[in-house]
Amino acid sequence: MEAANSPHSEARKTPLNALHRRLAAKMVNFDGWDMPVEYPSTGGLVAEHKAVRGSVGVFDVSHMGDIRIRSGRTFGGALAAVQHISMNDASQLAIGQAHYSAMLYPQGTFVDDVIVHRLGQDDYLLVINAGTRQKDIDWVRQNTKDFDCVVEELSDAYTQLAIQGPRAVDVLQKLTDANLGSIKNYWFTHGTVCGLKNILIARTGYTGEDGFEIYVPSDRATSEQVWAKVMEAGRELGILPCGLGARNTLRLEAKMALYGHEISDKINVWEAGLDRYCKMEKGNFIGRAALERAKSAGLTRTLVGLEMVERGIARDGYCCCNEAGEAIGVVTSGSPSPTLGKNIALAYVPPAMSAIGTPIYVEIRSQKAKAQVVPTPFYKRARKTAPQAVASSTAKTV
Amino acid sequence: MAYPTNYRYTDQHEWVDAKGDIVTVGITDYAQHELGDVVFVELPKPGTKVTAGKTLGTVESVKAVSDIYAPVSGEVIEANADLQNTPEKINSDPHGAGWLVKVRLANPAELKSLMDAAAYEAFIADKAKDASA
Repeated sequence: MEAANSPHSEARKTPLNALHRRLAAKMVNFDGWDMPVEYPSTGGLVAEHKAVRGSVGVFDVSHMGDIRIRSGRTFGGALAAVQHISMNDASQLAIGQAHYSAMLYPQGTFVDDVIVHRLGQDDYLLVINAGTRQKDIDWVRQNTKDFDCVVEELSDAYTQLAIQGPRAVDVLQKLTDANLGSIKNYWFTHGTVCGLKNILIARTGYTGEDGFEIYVPSDRATSEQVWAKVMEAGRELGILPCGLGARNTLRLEAKMALYGHEISDKINVWEAGLDRYCKMEKGNFIGRAALERAKSAGLTRTLVGLEMVERGIARDGYCCCNEAGEAIGVVTSGSPSPTLGKNIALAYVPPAMSAIGTPIYVEIRSQKAKAQVVPTPFYKRARKTAPQAVASSTAKTV
Repeated sequence: MAYPTNYRYTDQHEWVDAKGDIVTVGITDYAQHELGDVVFVELPKPGTKVTAGKTLGTVESVKAVSDIYAPVSGEVIEANADLQNTPEKINSDPHGAGWLVKVRLANPAELKSLMDAAAYEAFIADKAKDASA
């Protein structure tokens, strides 16, 4: 067999790197970061995945980047800047609310997807991907120059922990004075966590499960102490440390996009099916004109969910064919689904082949294995505990 | 897990158990540990000719696809059919019930170029050192 990726010596490390190594995590180079992919000594990827679906798990996501955009000399400059560089409508955010959005190139394709948090009157925090950090910060600085705002990169100031799963709320509640029950999905607050004051606590995540992301000071001692307290608080619930492997299978089941896979500088918003996070009516923003044109031109490909019918696992980059064997698309992410016990994938195919039930053939090591288009997300949690920010629209789907 | 002293090993982490001119082939405990939970195995059909160093089949974990290389040349006479429904045997018993194929040797002298258990254990100890450096 091929040797696993060995960590590059120049890879960046999070403040919890030494801890991951003490836990004997399997480490990989992920977008230039030396990160845990799974923790075999506590059960490994599948156990981690199931812990998050069934109870609770904790992820070190400190490789994510953070950009704060706040007012310059007058109020309003930060909002105007955020509106200009992102596709969702930040004017709709209340203080303490966050939303999924994306920064686009003028072509309507993706610089990166982001979570925008409204911290204050005219004060925003954008959480961005690890692999695109430098590109993103350069992009934000470049494209906000004409606005009266201050851009700060805070990526290295925070250790970011994602505590995810239906019992995440019970674990974190033991460690904070904040009333977590009152934080709706995609809202946040500041509170004392593990004795540390003014910690950002957001009800967000990348697993399709209820959960929180907390942002604590990035010094190693504090970071390790908070991790240890989370593990201790979660012990009775079977909390597991979780790596990027489970993070990927969890987000794939929930059909959450991964930069470089479902979204990239070559893929536009309509193709990715992220229409509902793109507010064309809010006014001008980078990429809007191209998206107008793309809309009237019509789609040439669209993102669909696939389930393997025949034996085999579709993987990222595999070719999709029609019944005649002609190449018609590509798999962007594919994996066995630990929750469903099936092999699932996301793929770009022509709109004419996107109807539920359409047979698609995935080329796996020069053999064609049959799959079919299925509804997505592959997995949707039962929304019982987390109060919803948009109760009226989610009520119908429960 | 102990590495059987009557097996021979490759630097690609396959093992070979030779009985006359028939050899059983599998992947080592080190290999299964590196892979993680095995969820899928693809093996050649009986009758397939394999060449030492060339791809023999594929083992997949949730996360990754790994090629298995033939440790010796010859003809596949049996593939482990149990692995189709219980690929996790590769994790639980890599040197036993998790065997992959049986091959009739074309060139028994090839066995001599493989490592014995002591040499293989030294080889993976070196790799572990590299990984933690």
